[in-house]
Amino acid sequence: METTSSSLPLADKPKPNYLTASYGIKSWLLTLDHKRIGILYIITLTTFFMMGGVYAALIRLELLTPAGDLLSSEAYNRTFTGHGVLMVFFVLVPLIPATMGNFLLPLMIGARDVAFPRLNLLSWYLLVIGGLTAASALLTGGVDTGWTFYAPLSSRYANGAVLVAIVGAFIAGFSSILTGLNFVITIHKMRAPGLTWFRLPLMVWAIYATSLIQVLATPVVAITLTLLALERLFGVGIFDPALGGDPILFEHMFWFYSHPVVYIMILPAFGVMSEVISCFSKKAIFGYRIIAYSSLAIAALGFIVWGHHMFVSGQSAYLGLVFSLLTMLIAVPTAIKIFGWLATMWGGSVELATPMLYAMGFIGLFTIGGLTGLFLAAMGLDVHVHDTYFIVAHFHYVMVGSAIMGYMSALHFWWPKMFGRMYPKTLAKVAAVLVFVGFNLTFFPQFVVGYLGMPRRYHFYPPEFQIYNVFSTAGAMVLGIAYLLPLLYFPYSLFKGEKVGANPWGAKGLEWETASPPPTENFEFTPVVTEEAYAYAKEGEPVVH
Amino acid sequence: MSTDHHSLVAHQFDDAEQQQEAATLGMWAFLITEILFFGGLILAYTIFRNKYPGAFQAGSHELNVALGGANTAILIFSSFTMAMAVHYAQLGKQKLVFWFMVGTLAFGSAFLGVKVYEYNDKIVHHHVPGPNFEYHGEFANEVNPRNVELFFFLYFAMTGVHAVHMIVGAGVLIWLMFKVRAGAFSQAYYAPVEMFGLYWHFVDIVWIFLYPLLYLIGRHT
Repeated sequence: METTSSSLPLADKPKPNYLTASYGIKSWLLTLDHKRIGILYIITLTTFFMMGGVYAALIRLELLTPAGDLLSSEAYNRTFTGHGVLMVFFVLVPLIPATMGNFLLPLMIGARDVAFPRLNLLSWYLLVIGGLTAASALLTGGVDTGWTFYAPLSSRYANGAVLVAIVGAFIAGFSSILTGLNFVITIHKMRAPGLTWFRLPLMVWAIYATSLIQVLATPVVAITLTLLALERLFGVGIFDPALGGDPILFEHMFWFYSHPVVYIMILPAFGVMSEVISCFSKKAIFGYRIIAYSSLAIAALGFIVWGHHMFVSGQSAYLGLVFSLLTMLIAVPTAIKIFGWLATMWGGSVELATPMLYAMGFIGLFTIGGLTGLFLAAMGLDVHVHDTYFIVAHFHYVMVGSAIMGYMSALHFWWPKMFGRMYPKTLAKVAAVLVFVGFNLTFFPQFVVGYLGMPRRYHFYPPEFQIYNVFSTAGAMVLGIAYLLPLLYFPYSLFKGEKVGANPWGAKGLEWETASPPPTENFEFTPVVTEEAYAYAKEGEPVVH
Repeated sequence: MSTDHHSLVAHQFDDAEQQQEAATLGMWAFLITEILFFGGLILAYTIFRNKYPGAFQAGSHELNVALGGANTAILIFSSFTMAMAVHYAQLGKQKLVFWFMVGTLAFGSAFLGVKVYEYNDKIVHHHVPGPNFEYHGEFANEVNPRNVELFFFLYFAMTGVHAVHMIVGAGVLIWLMFKVRAGAFSQAYYAPVEMFGLYWHFVDIVWIFLYPLLYLIGRHT
């Protein structure tokens, strides 16, 4: 077995990389290269994100005034459902694992590809097919059930293309299962020599924990949606009380998946944080092992807290008590991570590069989202704010504030690795700050107005709530501009961006040891790992830039 | 495509052993997802069995125990032939692998044939859930037909999902038989045969659970 070389020959003649190895649409649509599949996912998810964003814009415009003047009630129901279905199933769930995970995982563990490349490509096709199916449902009649598809609303009463949307979500679920399965096996079996579990980057630990959830939780929602579809199709079933069924059973089965799914969204972002914060503090991560373990703890605890979505649904109050306690427990491993990152920054030489700005924004938004989650875990308070904008604000802080911030941080961190060029840094920093400002302006007022009693999912509201909604809509416009900027400067950078070498940030990790962009086979030689992760600034060794 | 034609090890793997380990772990992980998939159905069954014990017994009474039992035996035989196919694959005896696969396919098809006969019987007796559902069995005065319908909904959902797995399995089996004929496997490389064996045994085990749940529990009352 060959040994490693930490610097690769960039100087000689330009060797083909994964982008230039072959050309043409077919070479992309039939690719088995995990890096290209990662790029395909980025394009796909960006498209779905923009579609979901259009729905978001409609919602915010409608809510600018207390009267329901822009959309009818029915149209509004379809709008927030479209926003939720697209953003949850087709953007947030696959977001970081499918894009960054696909591109980076084999690079980070020193492998040539994932364990099952064909399965990997199949996952992408399934997501596209599922997404197009769901999108066709939203365009042809729409769905008015909310993204949660609660029965018997969804099985008996709802009009529109519910069945088609369910099929779309079902297909996307298999994409998620196959990606998770692929990653679990890849991490177990494909690590480079010397790369022991406790030398893995924390991003890999986070992806591992995420994949476990994808593999274990998604089949349950698949069978739930199957039963729901059968009930809707044949008018018989197990969720509709009029048929002798039990609607609470649907909620249990749905949230058994859909609560862990929140951790599918957030855990990979935690992984990104560990990479970015240690790099831009030029310091080893504080508490490596405990951060690694806390990812697994979150994955495990995430499976036994779903009942906190159902405090007012009619489940037993004693059961609610247990769920309440377990939910609060999950704050412990989460807080461990946050403190780990803060301690990493403490005393480090912090550089406010774009990925770091997003990372610091993440910490701010996630802390608010996480702490308000604790409010909601308390049964008494939850009864008060249930189905209000407080909930909407909370889950947007966690799912958008945190997951999308994590994704943006990752994208800005690894972009030069993916394409060998740097984006305009100043513009990117402006966008990062705008995202933070716009996000808080959009969603913080929703905490207040929710606490005051504004219910979610109505398109009209009492006039005294208008001022908060005006803030929200203004913030959404700032946020929209901030999200549009990268759509301009990233494509620009592909052609005009400054060329960069293998490791523009002076970061640690195997992915920075190969060329930017990497060759198709990732590494010239199989790397051999001889040091711990995040070995920044050891004595006598200058920090490399 | 991804495999180098000169070697049986795909390019992303270092050696055959790593490839074999990855495939095995991958198959087991896949079977775990299958357990959770069927788990949702068994959860629903458990809840409604507790809620409507009388109706479930009444529904169970309408099923043909003899046919269900025969099908159980048929599936166990098919598992045996599949195990033998894997065994001979390990020894590199491709002819025997092929013929035991033929046996597996025959038993699998027999199972599906019996299943079709049973489904037909349910259709004839209006036991298919939906607008035409009727229940006039011997417990008709004691139970709500709606709840018997729920039993049949679960019966069709559980055995139907199982049958889909059988059909997919039969398709993969036929593909593997072509591969065996084409000489794709050897003593050094037979992972697909072994992985398919795991899947086939898993589908059998699911039936081993479904049979008592649907046909046997509480019949005597």
